[in-house]
Amino acid sequence: MLSEFLQNYFSIIIFLFIAMGLSVGFIFLNFLLSPKKPDPEKLSAFESGFEAFGDSRMEFDVRFYLVAILFIIFDLEIAFLFPWAISLGKIGLLGFWSMMIFLFILTIGFIYEWKKGALDWD
Amino acid sequence: MNYLFLLFNEIYKILFLLIPILVSVALIVWFDRRVWAFVQKRRGPNVVGPFGLFQTVADALKYIFKEIIIPASANKIIFILAPIVTMTLALIAWAVIPFSEELVLSNINVGILYLFAISSLGVYGIIMGGWASNSKYPFLGSIRSAAQMVSYEVSIGIIIVNVLLCVGSLNLKDIVLAQKNIWFIIPLFPMFVIFFISALAETNRPPFDLPEAESELVAGYQTEYSGMMYAMFWLGEYANILLMCAMGSILFLGGWLSPINLYPFNLLPSPFWMILKILLLFFLFALVKAIVPRYRFDQLMRLGWKVFLPFSLIWVILTASYLYYFGMLPNST
Repeated sequence: MLSEFLQNYFSIIIFLFIAMGLSVGFIFLNFLLSPKKPDPEKLSAFESGFEAFGDSRMEFDVRFYLVAILFIIFDLEIAFLFPWAISLGKIGLLGFWSMMIFLFILTIGFIYEWKKGALDWD
Repeated sequence: MNYLFLLFNEIYKILFLLIPILVSVALIVWFDRRVWAFVQKRRGPNVVGPFGLFQTVADALKYIFKEIIIPASANKIIFILAPIVTMTLALIAWAVIPFSEELVLSNINVGILYLFAISSLGVYGIIMGGWASNSKYPFLGSIRSAAQMVSYEVSIGIIIVNVLLCVGSLNLKDIVLAQKNIWFIIPLFPMFVIFFISALAETNRPPFDLPEAESELVAGYQTEYSGMMYAMFWLGEYANILLMCAMGSILFLGGWLSPINLYPFNLLPSPFWMILKILLLFFLFALVKAIVPRYRFDQLMRLGWKVFLPFSLIWVILTASYLYYFGMLPNST
């Protein structure tokens, strides 16, 4: 028999396959049962009833990119905080202050980007 | 033979979880529309079945018979993959949600991390759908949505760290059992409020439904979708909303624990309390949808980065220092 540890992950994987099968099944059923009457107007990209102006693979605001980078930094920080939060009772004063120093450095960076206007949208 | 038996046993357990989820998603859509209607003094869906309960089933059946339109300029494979990804992710996150002390499909040690990871992956379905449509409204809707979900995920992560400081374990069962004496909503009330608002933003619910703000972007990333693929986007969305409610009730409202540990109350089965708490949170979600006007995008980003992020980070430091200096940390040696 599988150990209990493995069995827990095993059921997640089986669930993943069943959920995927269900989603694909829905679409497949839709393909089988739906009417198919394609027409060039119907298949063109929607743009309020006009012909589309050019391609939509266009440049977008750099701020979205900036938000994504900021997200990576803060999500990494959360990845550090998770184990720290779990084991804080064991790692003592040194562990506590190490994280405080790390958070302090991070806060300086955060204040810098705030003052630089990286968080402003207008 | 033994392994085959194990496999069938697992499949049986999964179906026991999956079917109730699908049914409750259908019911919750109906509930949402009813609450929305009652706030506006309308009746809402009340024709199909008793009180209109089968409205969602009827809608889903209708979608199955609708034509699938894939724009000629779209990336077809990614276009079809996007709703599959959304719905699969929304469903598999439920594998770790405990409904009572024994009633959980997979009691893994990193439960909350798993939930956090799967709900983070949800952004891929939206990005893929918006990008593959190769049309302007879906594209704009999907980058907006990605920026919004990513911003609020940060504050949800920090809020989870707050709770973990009080629990000392990533296991969802342990998180619930740690609330035996006091629910975390009381000591961590500000965090609960921020969690609730972030959950609204994370699931693209009104008042933060900017990705599909119909006055600006038609229907956001879903604009080019039709038929069952469109329905799968909203099924996934509602499954995610329910998941956020379940997460809120596990992290702050004591999961399956009964509110009063007295004679008539503790006779009720644990899943009853869990479902009641999920429903209560969902009722708040539905009320907010009906009452609060939509935010502007710059207001939304300001709220996420300039208010919630610093506030919840400061609260982590406060919680950690308080627990440390009063010797109340879990696992302390």
